[in-house]
Amino acid sequence: MSTAIIHPNVSEFDELLSGDKPVLVDFWADWCMPCRMLAPIIDQLGDKYAGKATIAKVNVDEQSGLAARYRVQSIPTVMIFNKGELVDTQVGLRSADVYSRVLDSLI
Amino acid sequence: MSKRTDIVIIGGGPAGMSAAVNAVARGKSVRLLSSEGNNLGRAELVDNYLGFYKLTGAELMQKFSEHTASLGIIHEKGRAANIMPLGDYFMINFAGEIIEAATVVLAIGVAKARAVPGEEQLLGRGISYCATCDGMLYRGKKAIVWGLAPDAAEETNFLGSIGVDVTMVAKGDRPAELNPSIPFISDTVRAVIGDDSVKAVDLGDNALETDGVFILRNAIAPTTLVPGLETENGFIKVNNRMETNIPGLYAAGDCTGSPLQISKAVGEGLIAAQKAAKYIDTTKS
Repeated sequence: MSTAIIHPNVSEFDELLSGDKPVLVDFWADWCMPCRMLAPIIDQLGDKYAGKATIAKVNVDEQSGLAARYRVQSIPTVMIFNKGELVDTQVGLRSADVYSRVLDSLI
Repeated sequence: MSKRTDIVIIGGGPAGMSAAVNAVARGKSVRLLSSEGNNLGRAELVDNYLGFYKLTGAELMQKFSEHTASLGIIHEKGRAANIMPLGDYFMINFAGEIIEAATVVLAIGVAKARAVPGEEQLLGRGISYCATCDGMLYRGKKAIVWGLAPDAAEETNFLGSIGVDVTMVAKGDRPAELNPSIPFISDTVRAVIGDDSVKAVDLGDNALETDGVFILRNAIAPTTLVPGLETENGFIKVNNRMETNIPGLYAAGDCTGSPLQISKAVGEGLIAAQKAAKYIDTTKS
C-alpha cells in the first residue's frame, strides 16, 4: 500500500479539485475484484507522481455521494481532473501507461 | 499473498492443453483455466490431424484430455474476466478468485462476439460484462441480464440474491437453474438504448426499461480481457515466439489468427509454453 494515496471525503475532495495539481481519482469498492487488480497500478502511480499530481481513491460505498455526483455506474472508474475540470474518464481496467499519458500531459 | 503460479493458461482447447503439457514437461507449475466447451468439441469430423484421423472433434478432445489428466493437469472451469499485467507478474480474475501468475498463455480461441448498437457507447454507463463485479451498484435498481454464456443463470441468481430487481433475457427455454422468482424472457437484445446512461433494451417488438444491462458472453474480446494488449484484425498480435506486446504474456492457437487448425494450435501451444518457461528462468536469475 502506497502512502502517497489519499482517501478523501466529500469536502476534502472538493478542496483537492480546487488545487493546482492534477487529480487522479480511482472509484472502487472492496467487493470489486477488478478494483483489487487495479490497486497495484494506482499505488505505483502514487509513488511515481508524488508531489506532481494527487492520486486519490474513493470507496463508492463509503462516499456514495461522490459516486452519484459523477454517475459512476461501473467500477473501477478512474477520473482525472485538472484545475477542477474533468479531463479524462476510464471505465474498467487499463494499463498504467493510459493513466500516465494523461497525467504527463497535464504536468 | 497467494502462491504465484509459473504459467497460467487461459483456454482448454488444443492450444491450451498443448501449452499445459509442455509447461509441465519443463517442470513449471501450471493452472489450466477454461470456460465450457470449445469449437473442436463441436466439430463433426477431424481428418487432418496427423496420426488421428476420422475422429469427431469430441473424440479427439477426449484423447487430449486423457493426456493432460495423465500428467495431473486439472481443467478448472470458469470464466476469466480480466487479466492485469503488473510489470513482473499478472493478476487474473477467475471465477471469483484472484490468481497471481508469473506468465500467462492466452489460448482463448476465436471470439464470435459482436457488439450490439449502443453497447460500446454505454459501456460503464449502465452496461457491464461482469455481474459479480458491478452487481452491488444496482441494488434496489432494475437490471437485465442478457445471457449468452452457460453460467448466465447463476450470475443472474447472484444479482437477485443481493437485491437487484433483475430479469433474464436469453434465447431458448428458461434455464432450469434460474431462481423461480426471477422473470425470464426468451428473446434477443437487438440494441441498448440510452444517451448518457442506459434507459432500456430493444427486444425487437418491444423495449424493456432498465437501469443496467449485464451482457454475459462466453467470448470476450482479447483487448477487454487484457488492458494494453495489441491486436490486428481482432486477432492477438504475436511474433514467431508467440510473444505478445506485453512481456510474459503469450498467445497460441486460433486467437492468434489463421489457419484455424488443430495442428497449428498444438504447435503454437508448445512454443508459447517453452518460451514462457524460458522467460521465467531468465527473469528469475
